[in-house]
Amino acid sequence: MGTWDVTTPVIEAKDLDLTFRTNDGPIHALSGVNLDIEKGDFVSFIGPSGCGKTTFLRVIAGLEHATGGAVSVNGMTPDEARKNRAYGYVFQAAGLYPWRTIAGNIRLPLEIMDIPKSEHAERIARVLELVDLTGFEKSFPWQLSGGMQQRASIARALAFDADILLMDEPFGALDEIVRDHLNEQLLELWARTEKTIAFVTHSIPEAVYLSTRIVVMSPRPGRITDVIESPLPRERPLDIRDTPEFLAVAHRVREGLREGHSYD
Amino acid sequence: MKNVLPILTVVAVIVAIWYVAAIPMNKQWALDQAARADTTLTTGALVLETWSQERPRLPAPHQVVTELWSSTGDLALSGSAFSKRSLILHAWYTLSATLLGFAFGTTLGILLAVGIVHSRAMDMGVMPWAIASQTIPILAIAPMIIVVLNSIGISGLIPKAIISAYLSFFPVVVGMVKGLRSPAIMDLDLMRTYSANQTQTFWKLRLPASMPFLFASLKVGIAAALVGTIVGELPAGAIRGLGARMLSGSYYGQTIQIWSALFAAAILAAILVGIIGVIQRRILKRMGMAQ
Repeated sequence: MGTWDVTTPVIEAKDLDLTFRTNDGPIHALSGVNLDIEKGDFVSFIGPSGCGKTTFLRVIAGLEHATGGAVSVNGMTPDEARKNRAYGYVFQAAGLYPWRTIAGNIRLPLEIMDIPKSEHAERIARVLELVDLTGFEKSFPWQLSGGMQQRASIARALAFDADILLMDEPFGALDEIVRDHLNEQLLELWARTEKTIAFVTHSIPEAVYLSTRIVVMSPRPGRITDVIESPLPRERPLDIRDTPEFLAVAHRVREGLREGHSYD
Repeated sequence: MKNVLPILTVVAVIVAIWYVAAIPMNKQWALDQAARADTTLTTGALVLETWSQERPRLPAPHQVVTELWSSTGDLALSGSAFSKRSLILHAWYTLSATLLGFAFGTTLGILLAVGIVHSRAMDMGVMPWAIASQTIPILAIAPMIIVVLNSIGISGLIPKAIISAYLSFFPVVVGMVKGLRSPAIMDLDLMRTYSANQTQTFWKLRLPASMPFLFASLKVGIAAALVGTIVGELPAGAIRGLGARMLSGSYYGQTIQIWSALFAAAILAAILVGIIGVIQRRILKRMGMAQ
């Protein structure tokens, strides 16, 4: 890929609107969302539930379709981008198929996308190494802890070399110690693979620790209230979270969230 | 070993109730016989008499077991396992129709379920008929199937297998529809992010996810198939099969014969369900889904 200019955003949303029709009347899930995500960015979406952060991610993935405005991914519509394997998606739960081994789960997208069989073993070994799960090829999902399962699902999303990683609260169900560890690993993985990552979370420290940019959203209707460029360096040890810079960003995110809430 | 004791206790209680129940059931005949012979029976003698009649209303357990043995193992030992009065022979007739019907029914059930899950028209159009088919008493429809098929020259195994399939497809349809719809929205969304088509989603997600449901249905289905076959053997005046043994037993008041055929059918059903259970454990274990 790469016929487009380097300065062109990888993901571009213009005046995005999405209204769900429900039995209780229309729900305005997204309203006037404008956002550019550059190549190599790590962008977090944070906000209270109902602010549309997951919906926005699903629109980027082509799992939902905007009712107004436009989104482009790698210069294409989300549906075209999906068919071009533009992104790997990581869900809230690991969602590994229980009848497949870890290697079998990672092989799933390779089989569906008709990637030559001869490449499978090498790809599986490579992504398992990236998420530090080498040696667990033959394990079944239930034999792994929750954190390991989620790492396996990240490996699955990496297996077919998408440039973009869309992550929907991937660590939301894990305890804080495991989450810290996974956050550290994710940053390492991001540095090594130079992926563009869009990451939905409801944890302020997680958003601030991981992101180059933090998108603060608020509900009814779901919209962006603040976009914060992180002043933190790309290399981030865990104890960066005790520095004044970190706390200042966290403070600004908290303020943004509070402001969003004052509407209701 | 711990499981054996409760099982044996339950069996012992059932056998005890059975023996006790046989006394009032068979008492009148014993008393009539005694009156006719102008003798009186002591209570002990009366009880023993009710447990050893040739044509009791309710045969005692040991009578049924003796008859079962003499019409299976005993015959087999004397080299005539497939003689006309051998329950092994009759069980084989019933079993072959059952297995054929079960294969028909399961195939039909799976195909219908696949259609129902993938087509809204089939969901709306087929499911009500499948349910309606099971509300018709099988005893009413079985003779008609046999007569109709006979009139076009089909007799023997096939009509029985069709009745058997008629009963066994239903649990498979219901179970497989549920099984094929069992993947969570997230599992299906994952397939969408890969732009997987319906065929891929079916083979790689829906079908494997439905396996536990399939086996649960197959267990119900094979038992229903056996019942269907036996019902199919009853109305046509058949001379072969466990159903035929029950029928001829009732013609001649041979209650012991009826009960032993009944037990043979129950044992056969238990063996069939057990075999499916073993296959289920093997396959689910290999799939990493063993409970």
